[in-house]
Amino acid sequence: MCFNELKFLILKGKVNVMNYIGNVLKYGDNIDTDVIIPARYLNISDYKELAKHCMEDIDSSFVSRVKKGDIMVGGQNFGCGSSREHAPITIKESGISCVIAKSFARIFYRNSINIGLPIIECPECVEDANEGDRLEIDLEKGTIFNYSNEKTYKIIPFPKFIQDIINSGGLMEHIKG
Amino acid sequence: MGMTMTQKILARSSGNKQVTPGMLISAKVDIVLGNDITAPVAIKEFEKAGVNGVFDKDKIALVPDHFTPNKDIKSAEQVKLMREFAKKMEITNFFEIGQMGIEHALLPEIGLVTAGDLVIGADSHTCTYGVLGAFSTGVGSTDMAAAMVTGEVWLKVPEAMKFILTGKPSEWVGGKDIILHIIGLIGVDGALYKSMEFTGDGLEFLTMDDRFTIANMAIEAGAKNGIFEVDNETLQYIQEHSTKPYEVFKADEDAHYVEEIYIDLSKIKPTVAFPSLPDNTKTIDEITDIPIDQVVIGSCTNGRIGDMRIAAKILAGKKVNENVRCIIIPATQKIWKQCMHEGLFDIFIDAGCAVSTPTCGPCLGGHMGILAEGERAVSTTNRNFVGRMGHVKSEVYLASPAIAAASAVTGKISSPESVML
Ligand code: SF4
Repeated sequence: MCFNELKFLILKGKVNVMNYIGNVLKYGDNIDTDVIIPARYLNISDYKELAKHCMEDIDSSFVSRVKKGDIMVGGQNFGCGSSREHAPITIKESGISCVIAKSFARIFYRNSINIGLPIIECPECVEDANEGDRLEIDLEKGTIFNYSNEKTYKIIPFPKFIQDIINSGGLMEHIKG
Repeated sequence: MGMTMTQKILARSSGNKQVTPGMLISAKVDIVLGNDITAPVAIKEFEKAGVNGVFDKDKIALVPDHFTPNKDIKSAEQVKLMREFAKKMEITNFFEIGQMGIEHALLPEIGLVTAGDLVIGADSHTCTYGVLGAFSTGVGSTDMAAAMVTGEVWLKVPEAMKFILTGKPSEWVGGKDIILHIIGLIGVDGALYKSMEFTGDGLEFLTMDDRFTIANMAIEAGAKNGIFEVDNETLQYIQEHSTKPYEVFKADEDAHYVEEIYIDLSKIKPTVAFPSLPDNTKTIDEITDIPIDQVVIGSCTNGRIGDMRIAAKILAGKKVNENVRCIIIPATQKIWKQCMHEGLFDIFIDAGCAVSTPTCGPCLGGHMGILAEGERAVSTTNRNFVGRMGHVKSEVYLASPAIAAASAVTGKISSPESVML
């Protein structure tokens, strides 16, 4: 399967949750891993501690606003920059259930797969979504429903190779398998 | 269908006769790299896997370079974890302070990477080694952990963009100006998921140090990797630095590229990337009066001996402006020693610069030159994201060593010519 055919990407994550309902926290294009988690915190190895600084340099109110299950929405090239896996880890640890973007930077994309942070590429959904909108993602049906505009967006699943990694619960479990 | 350089290496390493873009493969790695930020996370993952040893103790490189010499207790703990892991697993390529250099300057210099290798590194600038005709790409810590167990990595075969470099660059234009120009042209996601393949008769005018700088910043255009066609200059570099067997891959005549872009090097002007993305570029003649507080000359992008020589040429007999701190960081111990022997340190110190031991340091806002609120730096590093070098309201302007050194003298962003009258 060619990457361009894969317009929408879906990832279940380690937990076998098929549905996510949450409110949108929306950001722009080129959200880099330095703003997701600044390098000055990268010597912290406790993920809960790291999560206290998630998005700090771009949105100092993120940590106080985010609620468990919320959905982060970004524009193009989400997660660009450094390869730090701390970025998807921090987002996941902060309570975000899923990230939807127009496109993802490639290292962020593979890191998310490898650690089990659900990510979905869906430009149309991103275009329409506003801060605070309520979204419901149904991975089994392959849909995103936006309660605010009552629109449904279709998602196409990952190729089998990647789905196998996800089903194993991440890359490390997969290679053990 | 013909294959590109990248596709040929991926085919060889995955045991396929032919690979095509979009194919998902599992490939054998020749080197797995990690640093003091990413390796500790990988080591923890590795330990969870419950295996006894690594796939090959000679094919793993651990370089503590980001916060070293350890800036605080937490950083010291991270490096301690790496050191102990290296000992326990008998990893041959762990680089202690004193041998350490910035990873992407160090590995080619000691010959650990060569043409035809497949390299993955838990650091985004691992793409640097493409300059030697290797496939090398940045991955995450879990990828690194898995590769340390299995010796393999999953990859999607990328589409390719061909950059045909022609012409001879003018005097003060080097690798940094060329790559900033290209990123300005195609954007920070202009090569997203793709390989950037550099070729053309303009290559003969580029030193290896120029090419290292170009390949280093392929990731800043979103690329999976950047790769250069191997020529005599490359072969000479390889022979001088490495004893490993190597293999040169040439693209097939009918290889497919999604785009072919001609870059006339003779037309490129000294270029600066303004905050806060590397594609926000302006040529030096478009820039007026931007006062600065700090200059950093170093990093995996521009901390090599060629960069040091250019900086010294400009700083010789001059003084750093009274409003500026100029910090110079040769990228490896070997480069440091070369600077010392060539008398470059005399020039730097007499000009009023501070010279540091090799470290990433300020490049990622780690230590050794953090910016305060409202401060501006001209830096030869590769990222100018918000807060990259310190306070969220500080600014980083990316430029060549020539512009950086000239700006240190004048106290504002300046062309090299303006101080070399
Ligand atoms: S010098 Fe900067 S870009 Fe290069 S490896 Fe170090 S932190 Fe990363």
